[in-house]
Amino acid sequence: MTSITESRLTSRLGALAERGEKALGMFVTSGFPDLDATSDVLRAIDAGGADFIELGMPFSDPLAEGVPIQRSSARALAAGVTMERTLAYARAFTQDSETPLLLMGYGNPVMQYGISNFFRDARSSGVQGVILPDVLPDPDSPFFRAASEYGVNTVCLVSPTTPDARLDFIDELSSGFVYAVSVTGVTGTDKGDADPILAYLRHVKERISRNPLLVGFGIRSADDVRSMVSAADGAIVGSALVDLVGACWDNDAMPRDEKLATIENFVRELKSGTRV
Amino acid sequence: MTESTATYALPDVRGYFGDFGGSFVPEILVPALEELTAAFEEAKHDPSFQAQYHGLLRDYVGRPTALTFAERLSEHLGGGRIYLKREDLCHTGAHKINNAIGQILLARRMGKTRIIAETGAGQHGVATATVCARFGMECIVYMGAEDIERQKLNVHRMQLLGAEVRPATSGSQTLKDATNEAIRDWVTNVRDTFYIIGSVVGPHPYPAMVRDFHTIIGREVKEALEAKEGRSDPDILIACVGGGSNAIGLFHPFLDNPSVRCIGVEASGEGLDGRHAATLTLGRPGILHGALSYLLQDSEGQVDLAHSISAGLDYPGVGPEHAWLKQSGRVEYLSATDDEAMFGVKLLSETEGIIPALETAHAIAGLARIAPDTAADQLIVLNCSGRGDKDMQTIAGAL
Repeated sequence: MTSITESRLTSRLGALAERGEKALGMFVTSGFPDLDATSDVLRAIDAGGADFIELGMPFSDPLAEGVPIQRSSARALAAGVTMERTLAYARAFTQDSETPLLLMGYGNPVMQYGISNFFRDARSSGVQGVILPDVLPDPDSPFFRAASEYGVNTVCLVSPTTPDARLDFIDELSSGFVYAVSVTGVTGTDKGDADPILAYLRHVKERISRNPLLVGFGIRSADDVRSMVSAADGAIVGSALVDLVGACWDNDAMPRDEKLATIENFVRELKSGTRV
Repeated sequence: MTESTATYALPDVRGYFGDFGGSFVPEILVPALEELTAAFEEAKHDPSFQAQYHGLLRDYVGRPTALTFAERLSEHLGGGRIYLKREDLCHTGAHKINNAIGQILLARRMGKTRIIAETGAGQHGVATATVCARFGMECIVYMGAEDIERQKLNVHRMQLLGAEVRPATSGSQTLKDATNEAIRDWVTNVRDTFYIIGSVVGPHPYPAMVRDFHTIIGREVKEALEAKEGRSDPDILIACVGGGSNAIGLFHPFLDNPSVRCIGVEASGEGLDGRHAATLTLGRPGILHGALSYLLQDSEGQVDLAHSISAGLDYPGVGPEHAWLKQSGRVEYLSATDDEAMFGVKLLSETEGIIPALETAHAIAGLARIAPDTAADQLIVLNCSGRGDKDMQTIAGAL
């Protein structure tokens, strides 16, 4: 893992940086709210102008997630989502779109699929990167070895508690970008006052040299995005989108086109926050 | 708490017992786990910490606990001489307090002000609430909403001791989900919060640390057997295994002597073809709650719900050291059903006048299978990990 894997993800983020624009990443859970929705939801996010998409691989015990993503995962599992389906959604999406797609989830479903098989199939499904918040960076771990073998980016996380020496280590092992968790907490958490977060982001940004820095957790609006990208290369929105998708699908009176348009407009609005 | 024995020195520096263990946690927790590892290593070698820990075990918990010769039970089963290690006589009614004492002393040493814990049946919650009251510390216990209903008495005990019991309403609303909630709390409040895990599970260093706080059980057995029988090492050790803390506490000081046969008994609930909690018997390696160990799960790696009449064994995971001890063949693992456990409760109650916890009753059921085949001069030690008062409602319902 000595060289950063050049991927469509890294070139997309590089191109944005060249024209002085910040990146918007959007997270949505695979198979949520039902199995028929995911492909359409991904296209709506893409149409709204997301720079990359993280497709969540549901797990029964997602310990880094707040309530919105916990519930979306449970709902997707109840709907019958499997790893195979998630990879099929990824394949279908990446065949039609140049927008980089990443998979995000927990170690155990990947381990049970077979770590090497997972990275092989992710690669052949057009997946650019993988984010596993409970798999710590370790060049000798089977996860990192397989990712390297199949040329899939491994996006690692840093948090406000991460000491400087570890920031260097994570920057070394991360590829695609480094994912800064805005505050100590789970996804969808209330991130509170922006100033200490911006100070922390500026510090990390200064410290790392190999990867762009994107920030996530608790970012819910275009204003949040605008504020956060003043100190980072981009922002990631997950729980707010998952809440919106859930609300649209729970509204039986709303026609499907309108649900998808609502999602597309929300992403477009968030994206406006990246063009300062 | 003692040094690891001479030849058995696991986990390795990365926290692995062979293929099992490690640390699978959000990055936020990495510095906290490193800090905890360092603090624990330091405390282990600090005579003042040792004196404080052992002083509390003696004067507050009531250690050493008795090693009781089970005369009528031995006669009834018709094999070797059976001894009971009486952890049921510990303050709060089970072995769990040994670990709670050790961890709260560490928390104080590390300057943490807020304590969180998870609990299933409520025994670890009660032990944690107890030591928090003893040291005047804030205590929040996560407990599945379902378990709060099933174990009302222990909820009242925790509240009386000043703890806040927070219902875990996600997922199956049992111990697994209470553990998820406790980890989410820790991720959020990591700077001032100490997470007292209740079994030999979780990320490194917890499995080794919780074990070391319970090895007092096995070491006291050695001393007492030497005095009573003229030999420190018995032929057979037997204990129940949920997460596995009481079993590892009993087995660990004997693992270097291959002539000591160690037997762990899991809960097979309604039977191995029904709903059960026999993780080592029927699970596969997987990652849950920060460690790689055996796990009850479906083919997609989604965690299955466990079932046992005993809330303390109702957990789909197991400590990584047990996974290693199974793989290496050093420990045998059996299972006992809900019905067999009820038989075990009655057997010990009627032959010895000791009402065991439903968890312990699984070990008694295993013992009843093993003991008749042993010779009269063989020594068997069963860890009587807890008393059955807390289970009287369940027991009355099942009889």
